[in-house]
Amino acid sequence: MDGLISFWEALPELVRIMLKIVAIMLPLMITVAYYTYLERKVIGHMQVRMGPNRVGLFGFRLLGLGQPIADAVKLMFKEIVIPSGANKLLFLIAPMITIAPALAAWAVFPFDAELVLADINAGLLYILALTSLGVYGVIIAGWASNSKYALLGAMRSAAQIVAYEIAMGFALVGVLVAAGSLNLREIVMAQEGSLLHWYWLPLLPLFLIYFISGVAETNRAPFDVAEGESEIVAGFHVEYSGMTFAVFFLAEYANMILISALSALMFLGGWLSPFQGTPLESWFAWVPGILWLLLKTFIFMFLFLWFRATFPRYRYDQIMRLGWKVFIPITIVWIVVVGLMKVNQAPWWFN
Amino acid sequence: MNKIVSYIRSLFLFELFKGLSLTGRYMLTRPFTLEYPEEKAPVSPRFRGLHALRRYPNGEERCIACKLCEAVCPALAITIEAEPRDDGSRRTTRYDIDLFKCIYCGFCEESCPVDSIVETRIYEYHFEERGEQIMTKDKLLAIGDQYEEQLAADRAAQATVR
Repeated sequence: MDGLISFWEALPELVRIMLKIVAIMLPLMITVAYYTYLERKVIGHMQVRMGPNRVGLFGFRLLGLGQPIADAVKLMFKEIVIPSGANKLLFLIAPMITIAPALAAWAVFPFDAELVLADINAGLLYILALTSLGVYGVIIAGWASNSKYALLGAMRSAAQIVAYEIAMGFALVGVLVAAGSLNLREIVMAQEGSLLHWYWLPLLPLFLIYFISGVAETNRAPFDVAEGESEIVAGFHVEYSGMTFAVFFLAEYANMILISALSALMFLGGWLSPFQGTPLESWFAWVPGILWLLLKTFIFMFLFLWFRATFPRYRYDQIMRLGWKVFIPITIVWIVVVGLMKVNQAPWWFN
Repeated sequence: MNKIVSYIRSLFLFELFKGLSLTGRYMLTRPFTLEYPEEKAPVSPRFRGLHALRRYPNGEERCIACKLCEAVCPALAITIEAEPRDDGSRRTTRYDIDLFKCIYCGFCEESCPVDSIVETRIYEYHFEERGEQIMTKDKLLAIGDQYEEQLAADRAAQATVR
């Protein structure tokens, strides 16, 4: 063990950071792969079907656990078709622009009190900036494809994300006001106390709006007008095939996981134990904080799938109405309320 | 007043939570899925699958070449040629069903006065080369011979309603 630690410290800084990045990316990519499997399973069961259960591993069926691997291999071997009128450079760069922010955002994400790649003070700002960047990939993809459907999808996505970005930003301003810090680790520490101290309670409207805006940001059902299979075929990625399509797919799911993890971090107390401040606390002291974080993240990840299985797609004007005329006013009002609570040191969150 | 109530209901996502609880309940019920190659759905005695020509118990083929099936076939899938046999009885020399044309309506079976042409319960078959879709008299008789027991039982089960 000591040898391992001294070996670790002897490594150059750059190599250490690279290894840390791999340690975050590898589990993330595996989660993304099996998230797609879970989605098909969960939605299948909600529709009283079984979902994929044929592709197994090593000759066993194992409930179809080999499905994501088979899908990945299939996509890798497929041809990448570039449409004749497309702007080749932008066409190929767009998927990368989409996935880069989804992965880069994890740099400032604290998995535990000590476990964070880059503990920067403007973490929240960084996250907000990166999650907004994803839309450029979508717009560039739609434009570079030189296709009507792709362009329509990109336009829809752009307008939708502008609307929901504001509500999402305001929801995060509420968190910022409540915690008094932009550092994600300090935001979690400010929620310490008990289950009722977490920000989901004082910031309940912001919490709901943040998560719903997150669903809209990731272009997931019921806000998936950018894809809109039944109207514009597949929207912005209609011309993409093979690995370029797979990268869009990965980015979408990585974004979903990111939004889920951030919701857990900012509103459900991150790695804090839900039994804090109760007699049960000592019983669960052995549970590592990261497990609580994963559990909370999983709840939101499941909600994404539940929404998709339940709600029909919003009509486009209704999406705009919800964003501009419902969410933004509510968030503005609640920021004022949070400010008043903070100034008056309202018990029991802010005193 | 109603407007206010419905506004509050929509603001607090009342209907949406109702929808979520419905899908949530269904997730916990058992799937209806039938895992096809291993499990198969029950087949009715009236099932209209692949065709067959039957024989009498003494081995004589039932078909008397009346050509009612050929006449009634809406898809013109049946082609029959017939001439008297050496013993003087009229029999088919050719009885072809083109399965690409056939729509499996069952009219041939209904029109047959001697229960010769029938549709079986077989629904898993395929063709690999052009020409295989023509069911000749020999092929039809072979299927009839192979499944005679089942065919007879199905006809008997339906006897009261035919």
